Amino acid sequence: MEASTQPPTESPKASTESEAAVERAEERPRRRPVSNARSMQFLERWALLFAWIAVVILFSLIKPDTYPTSGNFQTIFGSQAVLLMLTLGLILPLTTGDFDLSIASNMSLTSMLIAVLNVNHGWAILPAVVAGLLAAILVGVINGALVVLIGIDSFIVTLGTGTVLLGIVQWISNATDVTGTSQVLTTWTIGHRIGGISLIFYYGVAATLILFYVFEYTPLGRRLLFVGRGRSVSRLSGLRVSRIRWGSFVCCGLFAGLAGIMYAGSLGGADPASGQTFLLPAFAAAFLGATAVYPGRFNPIGTFIAVYFLVSGITGLQLLGVQNFVQQLFYGGALVIAVALSTLARRRGARAPS
Amino acid sequence: MSGPVDDGRTDQSTNSGPGATAAPGPPHAGAPVPVLALHGLSKSFGGAQALDNVDLTILPGEVHGLLGENGSGKSTLIKVLNGFHAPDSGSLEIAGEPVALPLPPGQFRELGLSFVHQDLGLILELSVLENLRVGELIAQRGAWIGWRNERRRAHETFARYGLELDPSAPVGSITPTERALLAIVRAVEGIRSAQSDRHMSHGLLVLDEPTVFLPADGTQQLFGIVREIVSSGDASVLFVSHDLDEVREVTDRVTVLRDGRLQGTVNTSETSEPQLVEMIIGRRLESLALPSQQLTGHDVELSVRGLCGGSLEDIDFDIRRGEILGFTGLAGSGFEDIPYLLFGAQSGRAGTLSAQGITFDLTQMTPDRAVRNGFVLLPADRQRDGSVPGLPVGDNVMLQVLPTYKGPMGLRRRQLNRRAHGLLQEFDVRPPDPRATYEELSGGNQQKAMLAKWLQTEPKYIFLHEPTQGVDVGARAQIFSMLGDAARDGASVLCASSDYEQLAAVCDRVIVIARGRMAREISTDVTKERIAEQVYNSVTLRETTQEVAT
Repeated sequence: MEASTQPPTESPKASTESEAAVERAEERPRRRPVSNARSMQFLERWALLFAWIAVVILFSLIKPDTYPTSGNFQTIFGSQAVLLMLTLGLILPLTTGDFDLSIASNMSLTSMLIAVLNVNHGWAILPAVVAGLLAAILVGVINGALVVLIGIDSFIVTLGTGTVLLGIVQWISNATDVTGTSQVLTTWTIGHRIGGISLIFYYGVAATLILFYVFEYTPLGRRLLFVGRGRSVSRLSGLRVSRIRWGSFVCCGLFAGLAGIMYAGSLGGADPASGQTFLLPAFAAAFLGATAVYPGRFNPIGTFIAVYFLVSGITGLQLLGVQNFVQQLFYGGALVIAVALSTLARRRGARAPS
Repeated sequence: MSGPVDDGRTDQSTNSGPGATAAPGPPHAGAPVPVLALHGLSKSFGGAQALDNVDLTILPGEVHGLLGENGSGKSTLIKVLNGFHAPDSGSLEIAGEPVALPLPPGQFRELGLSFVHQDLGLILELSVLENLRVGELIAQRGAWIGWRNERRRAHETFARYGLELDPSAPVGSITPTERALLAIVRAVEGIRSAQSDRHMSHGLLVLDEPTVFLPADGTQQLFGIVREIVSSGDASVLFVSHDLDEVREVTDRVTVLRDGRLQGTVNTSETSEPQLVEMIIGRRLESLALPSQQLTGHDVELSVRGLCGGSLEDIDFDIRRGEILGFTGLAGSGFEDIPYLLFGAQSGRAGTLSAQGITFDLTQMTPDRAVRNGFVLLPADRQRDGSVPGLPVGDNVMLQVLPTYKGPMGLRRRQLNRRAHGLLQEFDVRPPDPRATYEELSGGNQQKAMLAKWLQTEPKYIFLHEPTQGVDVGARAQIFSMLGDAARDGASVLCASSDYEQLAAVCDRVIVIARGRMAREISTDVTKERIAEQVYNSVTLRETTQEVAT
């Protein structure tokens, strides 16, 4: 009884007919003068990208000596690859309609595990990294099991597991910083540079492209979307909704682990507290990303733009000498505004003609 | 057709069937002032006339039945009384005093009216006492609720109606019958408090199909309370129901509506059951012989045995290759659960489904397994269970077949889009644009898109629930012919519907479910009238019901 969805029967005649019809359908918008609606749509899809460019130009004009320098851009791109990786992981459960609030603690766990195993217990760096990654995946498995098998609200489950993880991190580290991890890890994260930008930026780009491919070019991507937007229809269409939700938690754990490895590498160790500060920025970037490129959907390209839009803004403000609290204002404000915008976008899309 | 009421269009007010009384004919001596009198009530929606010049008079101390098929105007009439609908014309008198229509929402309480609807309006998580007093508790000013006092009062109230209910039990833990009784007691208490506040003596309790979900003994208990309410003089009762037996048992007089028109008001005791059925469905009953269909073993494609689930018990049937089998029944009979139980969307308590040599245990069925074995389900709620309304039509329609469009570089999106477009044209979905949002389509086009989604997989078994709900006439005909084509191509189709006309149009055979059991089977002369007739027979003659031999 294997999957037996029969291939659609497409008679040659029907297909040529429909081909011609598609050509017509596809040409129609091109021939039509660019209507207001279409340009609005274009603007909506790329507004965040334009905003990012505008922010960069604005700060370049205000701070011509420090902002538009290669050093600064290297910082912007290199420093926030960890946030990008984390946010990419987060959009998986968000797409299937679940929250993962444990994602930042999970990342802390991985980085701390690597540091403790490598520094305090003398493990080689590779086994330590593998152990850290497996731990993060295990957390995803547990989160998914609690949500899917027992049927608890993911918000509550991951709020709980996240706090437990935080406790474990404090416990294994004795609540102190652990530094001095292997130089190899640092070399492979921020040591090597391509075009002046450290390697982790390219890891982030690669992860973005892979997820983009999964979301847009695989049946799985569509299924994630349907599971998130219509549980009932997905179930009645024969999708294994529980398995897909569980899988998205596991993959989210995987991404948190990858982010943790990159974080340990870029710090040359781990500290028990700072990982938690990534939680809100990750949510802000995910929701802001959902207003761009494919408005109303969490999507990797939008996420990429959102992360770097936020970082560019914050870096600029810091160069202006604004105090550190601006980060909180910026990320928190971005989250609320992004959620408001994407809710409005979805509502407008969902305006029923009934 | 020689019945006295074979044609409701002639003259509604001079109905002269046996037992019929001319308009407000008082059953008692003298001429008591009616509790409620509606005259010439009309209401239309768009072009459809839901109520056409309807009169209704309810006397003090009577239980008055309101009968009619789905769409006959019963609910519209009730919704005029509770202020939900504004009528186009008509007048209302309460206890002889004219009252202006439309009623402002909530006004009915001050007039001594109270309603119990099918869903009862109870909050399951709260206690019996909290539910009983919810209105007063919300309105109460002081900061203090005297729970001890409240409990004592509740005990007294229940005692008056001979009820033994623990006021502190959560409503979720009491039986469905007790819930119905609680809702009724609460409604009567509402009337009594309005009476004492406003110094009036009249009241009207409206029971809107309260027995649909009750077991037989629960119905008897409910009738006991109804009689108690009437005989104690608290209120008159308007009893709305589909169920002829119940109406005959509990009411003094009956008003029958058909297609929004008054068919007459009759004294229950002087009217026979066939006469009532005739008034409801507009024609005389034919013989009640059960036509039996001998199915030959070899062309049976799908057999269901011993299906129990929801309110259904022991359902057995076969569907042959190319056959369209209909299921119907009154609201609450359970017929609408059948497609979902077979598909695994709801789990059954017992039963098996055999198809193509595989026997499925219906307690373990899942939609995933059903889909893999060539079953499809078109649910009634297209927006929730059939589609993601906010996503493009193309994505919705192609969800099922995505793996077939996997190329070496991932999904072939161009090809997918082209196929979606072709499919939408083939099923005449307008516009045939895969990028349009699903919810932008009209009801008919939404359903055609759903058929496109599922029929492209060439399913062997198609289960439908209300397939033409909210679908315009033109699309209806198209959907019928698509289903006919699918059956001709060898699919076995099961259609659960309360739309007799639709069943008559598409089905080769119709099985009527009554109170969770198979009651009737119509396999020849499948017409709208015959289905309606059998549905009403299935209830009225339930004592002698035999199960259909399969």
